[in-house]
Amino acid sequence: MSGSAENAVAVEAQVLRDCAAAWLERKDRSDWCARDLAELEAWLNESPAHLIAYWRVEAAWERSLRLRAVRLPTPGRMIARRHKSETWLKRLGIPLGLLAVAGLAAVGYLAKPSERVITTGLGERKIVSLGDGSRIELNTDTVLKVDVSPDRRLASIQKGEAYFQIAHDPEHPFVVSAGAHRITVLGTKFTVHREANRLEVALLEGRIWLDANARGGHGLLLTPGDKVVATGDRLAKLREPAETLQNELSWRAGVLIFKYTSLADAAAEFNRYNREKLVVADTRTADLKIIGSFPANDVGMFVRASRQLFGLHVERSGNQVVLSR
Amino acid sequence: MNPPTVGTWWVMSDASETSRDGADRPRMGAGMDLQTLKDWFQREVLPLEAILMTYLRQNWRDQSNIEDLLHDVYLQVFHGALERLPENPKAFVFTTARNLLISRVRRHNIVPIETVADLDALGAAIDTPDQERSTIAREELRRLQIAMDRLPAKYRDVVVMRRIDDLSRAEIAVRLGLSEETITTYLRRGMSALADMLYAGQSRHTEGEP
Repeated sequence: MSGSAENAVAVEAQVLRDCAAAWLERKDRSDWCARDLAELEAWLNESPAHLIAYWRVEAAWERSLRLRAVRLPTPGRMIARRHKSETWLKRLGIPLGLLAVAGLAAVGYLAKPSERVITTGLGERKIVSLGDGSRIELNTDTVLKVDVSPDRRLASIQKGEAYFQIAHDPEHPFVVSAGAHRITVLGTKFTVHREANRLEVALLEGRIWLDANARGGHGLLLTPGDKVVATGDRLAKLREPAETLQNELSWRAGVLIFKYTSLADAAAEFNRYNREKLVVADTRTADLKIIGSFPANDVGMFVRASRQLFGLHVERSGNQVVLSR
Repeated sequence: MNPPTVGTWWVMSDASETSRDGADRPRMGAGMDLQTLKDWFQREVLPLEAILMTYLRQNWRDQSNIEDLLHDVYLQVFHGALERLPENPKAFVFTTARNLLISRVRRHNIVPIETVADLDALGAAIDTPDQERSTIAREELRRLQIAMDRLPAKYRDVVVMRRIDDLSRAEIAVRLGLSEETITTYLRRGMSALADMLYAGQSRHTEGEP
């Protein structure tokens, strides 16, 4: 092969990458349609070189979305003048100068750990104020590790449920970990509920970034109303009305709110808070739908209401309360 | 060998270098779907690009066709992984690179083979254990910010407005006082430069381009 032919190949490599970027730019447009997709797929099918070039530029673009989670609100939308090139950094998370010293600061903190463990027992609730102005409310039967210092804001939920109100701090994203999952936030309100193999994250305000499992650079951006349920390797994203998410937070006032909730689900919910465990005996009873609000720690009140409303049989044995029809 | 053209680029390697057997379409191994291969390639292979390019540069005299070599490595990794995803992606990628260099050396007869045989020396660098997961999220943010920071300013502005501020092309055009066609061009170049910055650690695009 002659030298000029090899140079030609190097040029082809660039042409290919530019083509891939052009496709990605086209796909990013609002008028992207099924016919465009068919064209893109035809191009990709022409050769693995096309595939690789496209995967590469697409992967980088997907990764860049993560920066949105640590974005500051855009200050005014009226600026029509030339955008100053350095300003974007100020509107983002960690400034570079700060990163350089972060390593040094971390060494100092090894000697003086700022980590603490906060727990709640069955039926207990706790509110923790952190030094940075953030607040975390722990629901029943929860274990949470918190590590907040001037240099970092970390929390890890071992089990249970917590509502996070994170103070805005662009220079220190707050990272909540739950098993293999990571949630990165700048300043926002959200809940995390971890139970065995299942994790639920619901966002009320702001934006958060969720890294599911060990999926490298892949993750999900959540906006208010989003709820993500992760079980094992599976991840489902749902949209919930603000009212539903607020109802689910009623535990903060010690109240459980049910809206057409099955008796089985309601019983499971009560069992999270109380030593006395509700057992639903049969599926006919389990499928009964409940509307109402109850004190989370008053099983007796719930049992009485169910008995009067549905005519259920109630049988106590030990710390179990068996409901049947 | 015929001069390659776009679209036939991937068949330019000769038979001794690839496991392909003359078929002009990729063969899918049993149970291997393209999505799985794509996830694997984006997650495991692309992040090795910077260190792979360093390896190629150190072991190949003609620096003008490093990109070409890189692409051939990617293609062979692609074909190799079609059969079955390798258990150790790093070892697989670098072994592929070394074999490619050796076969090139034999064909060109210009570089002593010893120079490409020191993969073991590189082994230590390849097998550095992955960072603890808790630091990955912040590390990734830092890497993204550095990559973004190094983009040529005019491309970066457009990328930031589109990707981070979530503005439409029309809004960006108004803000920057440029035409939408220019925004489109900048966005393409910015996307391309961001990929180069994140994976190769450098950008081919410079400020002075039209």
